Amino acid sequence: MTDQTTEAQAAKPIPVTVLTGYLGAGKTTLLNRILSESHGKKYAVIVNEFGEIGIDNDLIVESDEEIYEMNNGCVCCTVRGDLIRVVEGLMRRPGRFDGIIVETTGLADPVPVAQTFFMDDDVRAKTELDAVVALVDAKHLPLRLKDSREAEDQIAFADVVLINKTDLVTPEELAIVEDVVRAINPTARIYKTSRSGVDLSRVLDQGAFNLERALENDPHFLDHDHEDHVCGPDCDHDHHHHGHDHHHHDHDHTCGPDCGHDHHHDHGHHHGHHHGHHDSMSPIHDITVKSISLRGGEMNPDRFFPWVQKITQTEGPNILRLKGIIAFAGDEERYVVQGVHMIVEGDHQRPWKDGEKRESRLVFIGRNLDFAKIEQSFLACQATAKTPA
Amino acid sequence: MPTVAPLDIEGHVVSTHFLGDIPFFATAAGTIHRLDGGEKVTQAHQGLLTCIRDPFSATLLSGGEDGKVVRIGHDGETTVLAEVPRKWISVIAGGPQNAVAYAVGKTSVVRQGDGSVKEFTEERSVEGIAFANKGLRIAAARYNGVSLHWVGTNAPAADLDWKGAHTGVTFSPDGRFLVTTMQENALHGWKLDGKAGENRHMRMTGYPAKVKSLSWSVKGKWLASSGAPAAIVWPFSSKDGPMGKAPLELGTRANIMVTQVAFHPAEEVLAIGFIDGMILGVRIADEKEALLRRPGKGAITGLSWSASGKLLSFASEAGDCGVIDISA
Repeated sequence: MTDQTTEAQAAKPIPVTVLTGYLGAGKTTLLNRILSESHGKKYAVIVNEFGEIGIDNDLIVESDEEIYEMNNGCVCCTVRGDLIRVVEGLMRRPGRFDGIIVETTGLADPVPVAQTFFMDDDVRAKTELDAVVALVDAKHLPLRLKDSREAEDQIAFADVVLINKTDLVTPEELAIVEDVVRAINPTARIYKTSRSGVDLSRVLDQGAFNLERALENDPHFLDHDHEDHVCGPDCDHDHHHHGHDHHHHDHDHTCGPDCGHDHHHDHGHHHGHHHGHHDSMSPIHDITVKSISLRGGEMNPDRFFPWVQKITQTEGPNILRLKGIIAFAGDEERYVVQGVHMIVEGDHQRPWKDGEKRESRLVFIGRNLDFAKIEQSFLACQATAKTPA
Repeated sequence: MPTVAPLDIEGHVVSTHFLGDIPFFATAAGTIHRLDGGEKVTQAHQGLLTCIRDPFSATLLSGGEDGKVVRIGHDGETTVLAEVPRKWISVIAGGPQNAVAYAVGKTSVVRQGDGSVKEFTEERSVEGIAFANKGLRIAAARYNGVSLHWVGTNAPAADLDWKGAHTGVTFSPDGRFLVTTMQENALHGWKLDGKAGENRHMRMTGYPAKVKSLSWSVKGKWLASSGAPAAIVWPFSSKDGPMGKAPLELGTRANIMVTQVAFHPAEEVLAIGFIDGMILGVRIADEKEALLRRPGKGAITGLSWSASGKLLSFASEAGDCGVIDISA
């Protein structure tokens, strides 16, 4: 609407936090804390069932999860129809609350929820997806990964992962769980908690889904080996010495932040599970989601855009998230890009700083992706690459 | 030149309707304002989600965040017809003999004038309900189509299938057609009196935005719709409806979306409300336009003609409402 935007439409978008996690992972405990603690903010909460939320609040809305496939022939283009309706209703009186929290059922696929905030024009005009927060039960995660795909999807899709109920596991078990979470999702911020006891400022108002803001908050979040990478202030673990040897599995393993070993060129090449010391503890075997961090030089936009378009069109159903910073040849500004399945968004973020290395980085998290082929075709988009035959 | 009598209301105003010559305005906060020898206000809901004019009686029907279904009389008096704790009532329809239908999740609830209640449950959420003009029959819009139910019988539903999410539904005044709004930027129509084997579908696409407002012209010759930078008006006078015909585009403005449309009760004249608060009146015959209101503070959320057709009330999302006298 350009300059015709009226006052009412110019209002700041309301942040939306999506809370995922299996039954028993601690979602209700966290919600109760958000609703009862004094943090000076009010939240509207959209839940599937009131269940055990013992707090009387006008702004708790019960909503039946209603998944709609868009009529465009794309199976992964799904939205939550009920959310569209509820958000529209809530946003007519935005002064009542500072943010919206969507609690999903334990088995829910987080993707339709997130896509609603991109694919529905009305919702998109008034709200902004702030972060997808996944709660993980440290004790039961290995079991969950064995029997469901959703548990893995929830972690893969999250911006923030709370590994909860840490008091119920040994430090060794916890280390394994954390490695598993990292292996599924190398870019999420991880916090380890018991009784959902995370500082709420680490969960709410994160701007994590807004790649530009995520980069402002944590400029190195794509740099897992960067010494300045913030792993979350509560992170107290030692990434280098886990005290047992599961690191040697090393199949597509994605290391945690600060991980010392060079893994950037290993992705996608070590497919064999050639470890003799098979350990029944290791839930990594049940992981089907994998990720790749790509690194390249300056890109040719005439190659990169058709490439990212094509890969998201053809591989969209297999791509859970993609995030990246792209350096274009001859472009003075950093270009940030992010995607969910077939939806890709990008924008210029800020000028490159003097002395800043102009390189392109892109992380894919997904299933059944041919990482070697993706890497090869990504590198072929570089400005210096030879024109493909 | 039409004159505008402004009425400023606090907050988002969801809709406006005339009962006789008294204009009513329903706010999202749940208050009902009426101009009846001065502004009178009554509280209908703690949070109002929808307020419609009952096409079968001189009352309004509303649903809210408080789970209440309310009938509002011409004097502003409210009667709670039903209450569903903890559910939002955002879909409501009025039928013959004081029947009311509303949606609760996957169920359409029909409450007849004598207080008896009948429920029809679908496989997916009910997003829109309409009563047929003749007989006690409802159409429930849901994912992948519409279910038609005779309220008085236990016969299985007649299903009208079309892939996608249907978010609203309306019968043509003559009952020959049924049209839905969709989550996609499109309308879908069914010819209800078609012969067996005949193509009964009508796809109406090409909108840049979702269609949220529909209005039938007197006698149902035209169906006007929002969702584009012009009112899109489909011809329904032939036996096949708009099949193979292009719609009229009335009140076209560059890039400024139409948010509401309302046909005059007697003439083929359409009131068109825009996202910037402007209102145009357009005559179908010669497509002549008249400016009825200049742009305001917010999108037009409701338009309603008085029974005489001399007054047009308008509601806005920013609260700057009013009544336009076109006879002046």
